[in-house]
Amino acid sequence: MQYHSPSSFNEAVAISNSSSGLVKYLAGGTDVLVQLKIGTKSPDHLIDIKNIPGVREISLRDDGGYTIGAAVSGAQLTEHKELSKKWPGLVEGMELVGSAQIQSRATLVGNLCNGSPAADSVPGMIVAGASVSILNSSGTKDVLVEDIPSGPGSTSLENGELITAINLPKRKDYEGDAYLRFIPRTEMDIAVVGCAVNLSLENGVITSAKVVLGAVGPKVILAHSAADCLVGTKLDGNILSRFSAKCSQIAKPISDKRGSEEFRKDIIGVIAQRAAKKAYDRALGNN
Amino acid sequence: MAKDELAKEFKYIGTRPDRPDGFDKVTGKAKYGADVAAVGMLHGAVLRSPYAHARIKSINFEKAAKLDGVKAIVTRDDFPVGIDGDTLKLLENTIAGEFAYYDGHAIAAVAATSVHIAKEAINEIEVEYEVLPHVIDVDEAIKPEAPVVRENAGDFSVPEGCSPNVASYIEFGIGDINSGFDKADLVKSGRFKTEAAHQGYIEPHACMAQLDHDGQGEMWVCTQGHWYIRQMCASVLGLEASKLCVTPSEIGGGFGGKTTIFIEPLALALSKKSGGRPVKIVMSRAEVLRATGPTASASMDVKIGITKDGYLTSGLVEFRMQGGAFGGSPVSEALQCAFASYNMPAVHHIGYDILANRPRAAAYRAPGSPMAAFAVESLIDEICTDLNLDPIDVRLKNAVKEGDKSSYGPKFKKIGLIETLEATKDHPNYSISLGDNQGRGVAAGYWMNHGGETSVSVSLAEDGSVNVTVGTPDIGGSRASIALMTAETYGIPYNSVRVNIAETGALGFNEPTHGSRATLASGKAVYEAANQTISEMCKRVAKKWQIDPDAVLWDNGYAKPAGPNAGDFSPISIKQIASEMDQTGGPIAGHHEASIRGVGHSFGVHIADVEVDPETGRITVLRYLVAQDAGRAIHPSYVEGQFQGGAVQGIGWALNEEYVYGTDGCLQNAAFLDYRIPVASDLPNIDTVIVEVPNPDHPFGVRGVGETGIAPPLPALANAVAAATNVRLRSLPMSPAKVLKAIKTGSDGC
Repeated sequence: MQYHSPSSFNEAVAISNSSSGLVKYLAGGTDVLVQLKIGTKSPDHLIDIKNIPGVREISLRDDGGYTIGAAVSGAQLTEHKELSKKWPGLVEGMELVGSAQIQSRATLVGNLCNGSPAADSVPGMIVAGASVSILNSSGTKDVLVEDIPSGPGSTSLENGELITAINLPKRKDYEGDAYLRFIPRTEMDIAVVGCAVNLSLENGVITSAKVVLGAVGPKVILAHSAADCLVGTKLDGNILSRFSAKCSQIAKPISDKRGSEEFRKDIIGVIAQRAAKKAYDRALGNN
Repeated sequence: MAKDELAKEFKYIGTRPDRPDGFDKVTGKAKYGADVAAVGMLHGAVLRSPYAHARIKSINFEKAAKLDGVKAIVTRDDFPVGIDGDTLKLLENTIAGEFAYYDGHAIAAVAATSVHIAKEAINEIEVEYEVLPHVIDVDEAIKPEAPVVRENAGDFSVPEGCSPNVASYIEFGIGDINSGFDKADLVKSGRFKTEAAHQGYIEPHACMAQLDHDGQGEMWVCTQGHWYIRQMCASVLGLEASKLCVTPSEIGGGFGGKTTIFIEPLALALSKKSGGRPVKIVMSRAEVLRATGPTASASMDVKIGITKDGYLTSGLVEFRMQGGAFGGSPVSEALQCAFASYNMPAVHHIGYDILANRPRAAAYRAPGSPMAAFAVESLIDEICTDLNLDPIDVRLKNAVKEGDKSSYGPKFKKIGLIETLEATKDHPNYSISLGDNQGRGVAAGYWMNHGGETSVSVSLAEDGSVNVTVGTPDIGGSRASIALMTAETYGIPYNSVRVNIAETGALGFNEPTHGSRATLASGKAVYEAANQTISEMCKRVAKKWQIDPDAVLWDNGYAKPAGPNAGDFSPISIKQIASEMDQTGGPIAGHHEASIRGVGHSFGVHIADVEVDPETGRITVLRYLVAQDAGRAIHPSYVEGQFQGGAVQGIGWALNEEYVYGTDGCLQNAAFLDYRIPVASDLPNIDTVIVEVPNPDHPFGVRGVGETGIAPPLPALANAVAAATNVRLRSLPMSPAKVLKAIKTGSDGC
């Protein structure tokens, strides 16, 4: 295995394109290094992007949105007060990944590229409307985060394509997000189910809603019809139980060592309902 | 806690000094199993069966042997033939012969110049398997038509018509249970199940071994008992025990699981085959979970009779326990513990030790007692609910006390169950009010404790400080407690005592640190050895004073005249005696060897408060109390640590620890990510009450505290969940899915 440490994204992509065999990009390494160690992946080339200038920076763009570098750690996100205030759901999703040690290395981009349907930070990025900047040999392009996952352990990225940053849109008043997951313990677990919700309000009434379910399908599920039943409501009456039932219905989980299909369908509704309430409360308070 | 009838004032015992091994352990300097290295050392790796049950038709390691850096490959062919009985089972588990009996069973091992080459070589070994039918679940394995794990595995005790997977049968009791049930106002029965649980030690098994062609060898190993390692390695390799010198490393947890061999004989065999080069093998976590530990899984029927005012009249248990492919589940110990807390007119016990295609069961903290407690203490709680009786009062009414004959035979000397129950009843945790979806559970537990073969020595250094040499590895603070007992015996400061854990050549045979015995047994032996040196010091001082040795007494670090008639002499300090040793007769040392008797039974009572999320089935432990009779807490911090550690392991077993097998019989969760032991944030502070009813047969009243604490959590949590939800879980673990199903359907999980 050959280790590369390029000083620009273009150089990274060039190395990837000129290398034969299995090529892996390395950011925090909290997935890749574990895969190397237990022998599930044996890349011929490892391209470490951490030394590329700006890759660990969070910047506020002129349009009011944030650009998050590909090697920004979970701990950096948590410590960024403005970002955490505007996108608490996105940040709390990332914060749930691993331990303090993992948090100092793990990245949003890594979590996305690992391709796990249970990735904790991905539902939050999708409901936020985030996109990724992708660099390949023909240039750069912007792709929505929701278009990256393609199945368990796989993404829509082509060979050699590199995600250089994550772009968050501008946060408006009376918007709020939340991410909740279910695990049997309190930490150090993989989500049995997860759900992110982002809501926009006008006079307390939900004007738009995005709902993403995690760990209940081969990839994250955009629960449009569940989100639709929240719009035009204040989460009053029996809306939440209708929403909960809809989420359970949309979920298409499998049974595995972390939970049965039946149990996952049961609790995705509960977790989604709790996430919706939390997002609603945040949206009300966010002005 | 009130002092006892020994009415002795202690200067050092009961204080909380820093442990002597503490600094090295918190700064990372301490040497654990994997930290050992030697010049010319090779690295070993083990090929393991990918099948739950298979015939090994052929092993071809030609390609592996040709890899650069591969120095030796061993299979069963490199081990002696003609071995039988328990030694054959040990050997079979160390390395498969004709059959692989479980997923993870060792098939071959390689030694190479690097870990990477050794692992690569493992992948190049070609094994042809014929996959055979397997059985995992204990209730499936006991069916007469179940797949046969090993032919002719049953011993003489197995009744006619049993499943071929029954390895042994046990039955005992006292009194007439039927007349006991007739006298009862309520007779209740239930079936209970527990999953296997791994000891979960943080340090994986690791060793480095060196063996020459003449059969002389050395080993450095992470173990609870290096004489056991020596004995077992010698027996499966056909070596003379005394030619193998085994040195224990520091140990990152064992809990019973490091009292037997796994990789150790493989490392020795590889070393011999590579021309005597040292070979190190370090297990991965996946190997630990697939091939070592765990304790047994259990299926248990219990029937109990009780009068309406709360007196137990009769009890019947039938325990079926699966201990892996070679038998050896702790069913006998489970039966002994089942009713040990209660004075009942009639009890009867039936037990089956059952084989399955799973790793060979190893000891785990109070082996058998937690399962027994889960079944019996859960059913007693159901009875208390039915009759509207206070669970502590019922236990107080039936609690065993001094002079009672126990449910399994021995007569109890002074014991502290009643004092422990009273301590929990008086504790604020028993009266804190609970909210919605919250419940409180009470349960008792028992462990008999153990003395065992022990050999120690004590020597006086030239400056009057004292060296103590013991053979029981320090797992839970035993260096500190032995140093305190030594300091107390001599009347010298704690810091003037150094406790060493010696290799096998330095002392006579020592059983491992198991059975809650290290502080009890090594402590008692050190007391005897120290007193030998005190007698010798008094003798030498008597000679100096030209008086009778009986006229010299030892007091707080000084030899003194026994009274005015002995003469008027100034006391002589241990320092002075030590400085003059060479003129007064040479070195002063003592030693003591014995099979230590006079164990002190230890009872514990726990109170758990939980909250259950009715929508997800998730359990949060809100509050937890451990009260236990320590006899005497030599170092209270480490006694509390043992109480807390036992409780935490029991909580894990009760809530989320589980072996998940696929339909192929392979273990699916061989990682701590999915074998869910509790993490720190899952737990409240574990409150402790140390009850001290001294063991009359120990010089300082020690009973042994390590094991009892793991038994009560299983039923205490199930009882608390029943109180919170009105649903009774009779199957562990109480994972969220199982609890949610119980809430929705009333299912007890069995």
